[in-house]
Amino acid sequence: MSFTTNLEDLIHVRERVQTELAGRKHRIHVCVAAGCLSSGSADVLAALKKTIQERGLESTCLVKGVGCMGPCAGGPLVCIEPEGIYYAQVQPSDAEEIVEKLDREPVARLQMSTDEPFFTRQKKIVLENCGRIDPEEIDDYIAAKGYHALYKTLATMTPSEVIAEVVKSGLRGRGGAGYPTGLKWTTVAKTGKQQKYVICNADEGDPGAFMDRSILESDPHRVLEGMAIAAYAVGADQGYIYIRAEYPLAIERLRKAIKQAEQGTFLGKNIMGTTFSFHVELRLGAGAYVCGEETALIASIEGGRGTPRPRPPYPAESGLFGRSTLINNVETLANIAPIIRYGGEWYSQIGTAQSKGTKVFALAGKVKNTGLIEVPMGATLKEIIFDIGGGIPDGKKLKAVQTGGPTGGCIPEDKIDMPVDYESLAQVGSIMGSGGMIVIDETSSMVDVARYFMEFSVSESCGKCVPCRVGTSQMHDILSRVLKGEATEHDLAILEELCDVIKNTSLCGLGQSAPNPVLSTLRYFRKEYESYLRPAEQAAANNHGGVQ
Amino acid sequence: MIRAQQNVQVITLIIDGAPVGARTDETILDVAKQNNIFIPTLCHLEGLSVIGACRLCLVEVKGLNRLLPACVTRVQEGMEVTTISERLTRYRRWILELLFSERNHVCAVCVANGFCELQSLAEKLGMDHVRIPYRHPKFAVDATHDRFVSDNNRCILCGRCVRVCGEVEGAHTLDFMGRGILSRVVSDLDQPWGESVTCTRCSKCVQVCPTGAIMEKGRTFAEKFERRGFLPYLTTMREEQS
Repeated sequence: MSFTTNLEDLIHVRERVQTELAGRKHRIHVCVAAGCLSSGSADVLAALKKTIQERGLESTCLVKGVGCMGPCAGGPLVCIEPEGIYYAQVQPSDAEEIVEKLDREPVARLQMSTDEPFFTRQKKIVLENCGRIDPEEIDDYIAAKGYHALYKTLATMTPSEVIAEVVKSGLRGRGGAGYPTGLKWTTVAKTGKQQKYVICNADEGDPGAFMDRSILESDPHRVLEGMAIAAYAVGADQGYIYIRAEYPLAIERLRKAIKQAEQGTFLGKNIMGTTFSFHVELRLGAGAYVCGEETALIASIEGGRGTPRPRPPYPAESGLFGRSTLINNVETLANIAPIIRYGGEWYSQIGTAQSKGTKVFALAGKVKNTGLIEVPMGATLKEIIFDIGGGIPDGKKLKAVQTGGPTGGCIPEDKIDMPVDYESLAQVGSIMGSGGMIVIDETSSMVDVARYFMEFSVSESCGKCVPCRVGTSQMHDILSRVLKGEATEHDLAILEELCDVIKNTSLCGLGQSAPNPVLSTLRYFRKEYESYLRPAEQAAANNHGGVQ
Repeated sequence: MIRAQQNVQVITLIIDGAPVGARTDETILDVAKQNNIFIPTLCHLEGLSVIGACRLCLVEVKGLNRLLPACVTRVQEGMEVTTISERLTRYRRWILELLFSERNHVCAVCVANGFCELQSLAEKLGMDHVRIPYRHPKFAVDATHDRFVSDNNRCILCGRCVRVCGEVEGAHTLDFMGRGILSRVVSDLDQPWGESVTCTRCSKCVQVCPTGAIMEKGRTFAEKFERRGFLPYLTTMREEQS
C-alpha cells in the first residue's frame, strides 16, 4: 500500500493490480464470507493454494479469498475467473481436480449453471465488488475504482454539491424506514459549524438477515468511503461504526480496513493531502436488537443503557453527546461511492418513481436459492422468489412472504405480483425493513409464524415504555393460547385491540411496528386463526360470518 | 426537565379549544398544568429528566397522525392540542390495564393504599377491571436495608427512583437490570440493598416512588405517606444558575 494523495496515485495502484492480474491465466476466487466459512471454505482455500504451489503454478494462477458471491446455499463456493465458472459445495479434496482441469473443460459435477435467473436477473451496485475483490486488500478495492469517489468529492466538489448529488439520486435509507438520505444529510449540514458525528449503523439484528454483514465482510472499504464522503458533506470529523459483537469476522475486517485506509490517507488526518480530516472508530453492540434504533444506538455509544428516547429532537439536531449527528445504515453508505462516481442522475434512473436504486435482500426460508441478492427497486416478489430464488423446494406451494424482519408483515401468496418498494410494501401492511425476506410454504402455520416473531419482540423489548414491554408479552400469551386451542373469539378481539394500542402508543419504532406480523396475518389469514379457536367458538364465529 | 433553549419566544397555542400563552421552552404538559388542564402522568416528576416512558400523557396534535407525549413535546406557535378524547381515554385505560396486569398490584395489602398514584389514576380514568390475564410474577422482596424495602412486585418501572438517585442525589445506587418484561430495579450490581456501598440512605427514592415498590420500614398497610414538601425541593435545587 502506498501513500495516496492524488488521482495519479489511485490510477497507479489500479494499473499495478491490473498488470499483476493480467499476468495470470486463471484466478481462483474462494468465498471467505461467513456463510461459506461456516461450511468449510477456509480449508478449500488452503487446499487450492497448496495444490497450486505443489504444481508450481503460482505465476500463472492466483488463488485468493473473496467476499460473498450470493448463492450462499451452495457453499463453499469457488469461482474461476476470467472464465466465470462457478463451483458449488466444493470440498478440499476437490482441489486437485479443479486445478487439473483449469485449462480444460470445467468439473461438471461441481459446476453451477450461471445462465440461471439467479445470476442474470440481478443488478449489482452495492454488491458490485462482493465476490470479486479480496476484502482484506485495499489495493484490490482501489483497482475496482475504490476511493475514486472520495477523491472526486475532495478534489472537485463542495459539500453542498455532494449533498445535491445525493438528493438527486433519490436514495432512501436502507435501514428500514426509507427516509430520504439527501434530506437527512441536508439537515445535518445545516446545523451550522459545530462538532458533528457520522455514525454507521451496523447493528443488523433481524433474524435471517445478513445484508450488512455480507457487505462489511466482503467490501468493508466501500462503507468507509461512503462514511468519509458523508462526513465531508455534512462537516463531521469523527465517525463511529456501531456493529454488533456477534459479527466477529466483519469486525476483524473493518479493523483491518480502517488501518489500511489510514495508512493510505483515506481516513484520519488530512485525507489525501487535503485539509479534511475524518477519524473512524468501532463501537461494539452487546446484543440488544433495540440498539439498531438510532436514539438507543446513540445511548449505547455514549456508554448508557441502550434504550430509545422520544424524538424530536432528532439526532440531526441533538444526537451523540448532544451534537448534531448523521446516522446511516451500512447499505445506504455503500450506495454513496457509486452515486458520486456515476452521478445522482444515473442512480435515479434505476428503480421506481418513489424508490430509487437497488435493494439487497437476504433470501431465506423455504426457497431453493437462499442467499444474498440485489435487485432494482420495483422488482416483483414473484421475480425474486420464483425466478431468482428458484421457487419453493420439494414441490410445495408458496403460502406467504415475510419481509421487513420481526416487525414486518406477511404478504400472502395472491399478492406476489406486487412490486417491492417502500410504498407498495406499506400498502399491504408490511415494511421494507433492512431487507430480510423469509419465504413461507404451505406447511407452516401463520399463527405460529406470528407467535415466533412476537416472541422475538418480547425478548428484545427494552422495557422502557409500558405498551411495548407489557403489551407484546400479553400478545404473545394470547397467540400461545390460540395455538393450544384454548382461545376464544373474545381473545382475538383483545388481540386486535392490543395491536392498535401498541402500534399507536409505543415510544420507538420497535414497539410501533411489533404488532405488524400479527396484524398482517390477521388480515390475510384470519380463517387460520379461527380454525384454532375452541370448537364452540368456531361455530359462533361461523354464525357471525367471522369476527368483525 | 429539558435542556435550556436559546432564543425563547412567547407564543400562543390552543389546548382543548382554548387559546393559552406559553414560552417556547415549555412542554405541552407544563402549559397544561399552568392552565389547570389535567393530563395523566406516571413517569414524569417535576425536577427529574423527562423520559416519556409511561405513555399516559400522549395527546393529539392537529395535523399529526401520531400521538405525542406531552411531557417531552415542546409547544409551538399555533399548535392545536387535544388532551382528552375517546381515543386517548381508551389508550390510557389500556396502558393502566397493562400495568396492573404486569405485576402484583393488590391494593388491599399494599403499604401505599390510598397514597398510590397508579391507584388514583385508575380511579380517575375509570379503570374498574382488567381485560387481560394477570401475569403474577414472583419477584423477591429486598428487605436487607435497615431503613428501606424494595418490592419489585409493586414496581411499574417508571424509573423515578433511578433518576432521582442518579440525577439528584448523585449516588446512582439504583438502576434497571434485564430488559423487556424481565426488567427490574436493582441496587448497585444486583447486590442486596443492605450491602450497597453507594446508597446514602437519603430516602429520595421512597419519596418519589408512585406506588408501594419502595417503602420505609416500619410502615404497614396504607401507611406510606410521602413527604409532599420534599417534592418542590427537587426542582428548586436543580434550578439553573444564571
